[in-house]
Amino acid sequence: MADTIEISLTVNGQPRTGVAEPRRNLADFLRHTLGLTGTHVGCEHGVCGACTVLVDGASVRSCLMLAVQARGRSVETVEGLAADGAPLHPLQAALSEHHGLQCGYCTPGVLMTLLELQRELSGRPVDEAEVRHALAGNLCRCTGYQGMVDAALAVLNAPAGGATPETR
Amino acid sequence: MKAANFAYHAPTTRQELFALLAELDDARMIAGGQSLVPMMNFRLAAPENLVDLNTVGGLDGIEVAGDRLVIGAMTRQRAAERSATVARVCPLLVETLGRVGVQQIRNRGTVGGSIAHFDPTAELPVAAVALDAEVVLESLRGARRMPVADFGSDYLTTEIEPDEVLTAVEVPLWPEGHGAAFDEVTRRGDSYAIVSVAALVLLDAAGRVARLSVAIGGLTHAPARLAVDAMVGAAPEGEALAALAETARALPADGDGLMAAEDKQHLAATLTERVVRRAGERARRSTGG
Amino acid sequence: MTLAERPAGVGISVPRLEDDALVRGKGRFLDDITLPGLLHAAFLRSPEAHGHIRSIDVAEAEALPGVHRVLRYEDLRPLLTMDRIPVAMPSGALKFDVDPFVLARDEVCHVGEPIALILAESRHVAEDAAELIMVDIDPLPAVVDPRDGLAPDAPQARLDCPDNLVARTSAAYGDIDAAFADAPVRFAERFHLHKGGGNSIEPRGVVARWDPMEERLTVWNSTQMPHRAKRLLVTTLGLTERQVRVVPPDVGGGFGPKFVFHPEELAIAAAAKLTGLPVKWAEDRYESFIATVQERDQFWSMEVAADADGRLRGLRGTLVHDHGAYTPYGVALPYNSATNLLGPYVLPAYALDISLCLTNKVPTTPTRGAGRPQGTFIMERILDLIAERLGLARDEVRRRNLIAAERLPFRTGLKTRDGGEMTYDSGDYAECQRRALAAADWNGFPERRAAARREGRFLGIGLANYVEGTGRGPFESASVTIGPSGEVVVTTGACGQGQGTVTMLAQLTGAALGIAPAKVRVIAGDTDASPLGLGAFASRQAVTAGSAVHLAAGKVRDKILAVASDWLEVAAEDLELIDGRVSLRGAPEVGRSIADIAAALSGSPGFSLPKGAEPGLSAAADFQPDAITYCNGTHVAEAEVDPFTGVVRLTRYVVVHDCGRLINPRMVDGQIIGGVVHGIGSALYEWMRYDATGQPLTCTYSDYLLATADVVPRVEVHHMESPTPLNPLGVKGAGESGTIAAPAVVASAVEDALRPLGVAIRDLPMTPDRLVRLARQARAAA
Repeated sequence: MADTIEISLTVNGQPRTGVAEPRRNLADFLRHTLGLTGTHVGCEHGVCGACTVLVDGASVRSCLMLAVQARGRSVETVEGLAADGAPLHPLQAALSEHHGLQCGYCTPGVLMTLLELQRELSGRPVDEAEVRHALAGNLCRCTGYQGMVDAALAVLNAPAGGATPETR
Repeated sequence: MKAANFAYHAPTTRQELFALLAELDDARMIAGGQSLVPMMNFRLAAPENLVDLNTVGGLDGIEVAGDRLVIGAMTRQRAAERSATVARVCPLLVETLGRVGVQQIRNRGTVGGSIAHFDPTAELPVAAVALDAEVVLESLRGARRMPVADFGSDYLTTEIEPDEVLTAVEVPLWPEGHGAAFDEVTRRGDSYAIVSVAALVLLDAAGRVARLSVAIGGLTHAPARLAVDAMVGAAPEGEALAALAETARALPADGDGLMAAEDKQHLAATLTERVVRRAGERARRSTGG
Repeated sequence: MTLAERPAGVGISVPRLEDDALVRGKGRFLDDITLPGLLHAAFLRSPEAHGHIRSIDVAEAEALPGVHRVLRYEDLRPLLTMDRIPVAMPSGALKFDVDPFVLARDEVCHVGEPIALILAESRHVAEDAAELIMVDIDPLPAVVDPRDGLAPDAPQARLDCPDNLVARTSAAYGDIDAAFADAPVRFAERFHLHKGGGNSIEPRGVVARWDPMEERLTVWNSTQMPHRAKRLLVTTLGLTERQVRVVPPDVGGGFGPKFVFHPEELAIAAAAKLTGLPVKWAEDRYESFIATVQERDQFWSMEVAADADGRLRGLRGTLVHDHGAYTPYGVALPYNSATNLLGPYVLPAYALDISLCLTNKVPTTPTRGAGRPQGTFIMERILDLIAERLGLARDEVRRRNLIAAERLPFRTGLKTRDGGEMTYDSGDYAECQRRALAAADWNGFPERRAAARREGRFLGIGLANYVEGTGRGPFESASVTIGPSGEVVVTTGACGQGQGTVTMLAQLTGAALGIAPAKVRVIAGDTDASPLGLGAFASRQAVTAGSAVHLAAGKVRDKILAVASDWLEVAAEDLELIDGRVSLRGAPEVGRSIADIAAALSGSPGFSLPKGAEPGLSAAADFQPDAITYCNGTHVAEAEVDPFTGVVRLTRYVVVHDCGRLINPRMVDGQIIGGVVHGIGSALYEWMRYDATGQPLTCTYSDYLLATADVVPRVEVHHMESPTPLNPLGVKGAGESGTIAAPAVVASAVEDALRPLGVAIRDLPMTPDRLVRLARQARAAA
């Protein structure tokens, strides 16, 4: 076994530490070292997008980033969107409302992609083509994407002051 | 699909980095990792030593130095794509970067990494060749520059030495008012290019080509530069443009299991015509013509 | 049955009960399961398409620190009752079954076939060890193209089989010779069709644990068919039914392949029993490409006979089907292709000769659509060709051939694959096409095309009709139980992989019992909870499990009403069930909670039950469909094709669909749209390719392309509801139907767009590579 490395980082605002071989990727580290199994693994070569998380606010494939490379960084995963028992984040609620998920396996990655889009837009309205382009890196075999596109449009174009999407 | 073990090295300075590369056997550098890590997960790459460029200070950044745009190798593709500086002085790069993979890849992938990897289907080397860009290769032995056009020696193989680091990409700037365009044919949306074309054009006051550069990717192991002299003095349209497209059709191409060489040449001709026309239109617009 | 008699709970888009956990990342998928002492498994797989194993040396691998055991066939064989895994479905048409071994014994027959199983402290170490196993394989010639495999001098794909022609069967009726004799229109065409793998975003996976105290095996399996998996484990491991529990966790998509029992499922269970330690295997994507069953190539050669007015007289031809290296699914796949070809049309005579060739590739079994898109593609292409030859409009040639509504139920003349008459039960195909054309503004298209041409763009439109046999039996079972706590528990052998099965069953149960669906607990697919079950295939669970739950819940309702009627001294007809209470209609204070009734029926020691009541507030029901029920639909699509680059962009997509009654309309739409996008992938992107030696070439999602959000159009779905008389809910299946017409309609639209060039679409998928070549060939021919 290669030497292991102590890896300290922030996950969903909480300081976390784990020990892993340098070859362990961030997805496996989150899932199997820290027990945060909401981030899913679908291809391990950076195409399917199921493992998408935010690192320092930017969406990345956690299967293509080594855990050791996340030392000192701030990682956000699907578990950070809504605390246990707390109401859903508007993107989560909208995905359900618009039937934007079926088996739910790609869903955490889709949510993290949309969260980044929501922050980048910071209130600017968005059209369907832009949403579809943003979702091009998240493979879904169940839904045909339409429900998640509708969910995103509903949240991202929600009138301010109404059901305002959270923009942290 | 778990990577084989390796020793992980996280140098923090250039000197440390160069020293490591001079000393280590079987070392690979990791930049964004968007091509290397998949290969490691498939165990198509299993280096004994992995040297992380992400921990080295000062390898990223975008600046205009004289008549050149200098992009640090570790600049994320997404950062370059969104850079106001790049947009102002080199719109071709913005358009090209927008076609590199998907956002999650560009957030992590680097400008230097894409050129160092030199995938024959990659977009960035095509734009770099059209721009006459140079890579800066540094090691303990010193620094050297090499045109990207000369950088690729074979499929996925470059002229870089094992102890060298691609530290920056230097792009000679085109004059204000030039037009540029990039386009590619993919098998699906954002997937790899089959053939891609980048073009820059400068028009004279009469709307005729004063200067033109065209590079075509996907035909062989490295982007090809198109001979464009016949276009100088002609408007970037009509028969002259059609003749240029035929020049593109005549470039050497390697067929593969999916597409015959002559069909790739056909795509090269089609895209050349479209991209040069678009670049010309943009040049006309920007010069108010 | 009429629409007015809509059963309770049908027709309401109840919010999905599955969603809350899934959107929070709190689902529990296979790889999320962890157990104390868990070993992680990896397989060493054949690098050769065909070969003879001379030796396997595992010494170095076993010596690697962190490796627990490396197992070969001879290590596992002593635990098994037989040499091979009896996965074959009963099929008279196969000349011989080719069942797999738990690990390769001496012959490997496709790249990816498992040879050795490594158990280690982590998946990483297990893969390290796999690289240290020395396998000496003598390569043998491989059969890659099934047409070559049927040639007299072809090499044998398997040395343990008499020849490569594993089945030759046919689909035929009517007087085909008479149909062709003096037919005014006769022509022949060849088609090469490809359809890809299931590609659930969660690959397969198994966790197995042997409990030595109880002598019991628990297997968590990412499967569509827990009960069949259990039966095969019982049989092969020599255990009893009591000793095996198979339970699906949350399953990240199925799409067909997870219905097939693969060797890894037995290997992991056997390894857990052998070592006494829990073992996990989570398939990775590379394994998924080389070891999970898929659909693949079909080669059709067809002759057409038609009347001068475009009416079909007869079709005859041959179908060569690439069957892969084993036969886990009989002849179902090509037979579905053959039967689905008929579509909603009157075809007086038909004779299709079907050859299934063993090849040195992963076995082929159904993925979503299950061979039907190919049959539909052939028929719809043929109708377009007839229209072109006769100068008829494509919608008109279809109209002339559609089965008139008054002829339903309509006996097609073919048998279903289980031997029943293939009879369409209900529907109005002409009206369906009419509505689709209207919704898509078919008549306004020429104007849109002309406008596009003025801008230099090439626009085309296409249409396709289809039927799909759904709701296959033999049965599904369900129970509904209410305990003194008031909790309603539904058990069934059916199980979901994203379809919303839990919601659908809770919705039906809740409606029957006056309880919110969210308060109904559905246990789906756990073999401990349901002794019988068949699982997810053939778009069947709403039909079969839905009907079984509907019947069981109705029985429980009757029990509640009987007891309450006695207690409250009112007629049962005057009672209603609302929010967990049974009460007098209009006087909610006169009533009792259902929990009270459940408590009473649970009995108290020495006291009698309410008058006439049977113990327990519980009921079970089985539903055995008498016949297959046929849904149908029409798809219309518009495509813009760049004739110079071969890039296709779909600009409009309309579906009119009839699956009888809709239980949960929004979930049905989700099934249709998901299916359409899967079908668009088959039409334009997905292509599992091999080189001439049988090495797979497309084992990444950069090479094997799935449809993405940016390249698919918005799909507009409209419904007709022609209830079927074949089940109490009047429902038909919807899970696969979206896929069926998509390749046909996209081909029709693409060909229409390229009509000025004279490009003919005969093959799938329609990649830019292919379209550029076809355009070049058309230019050369012109």
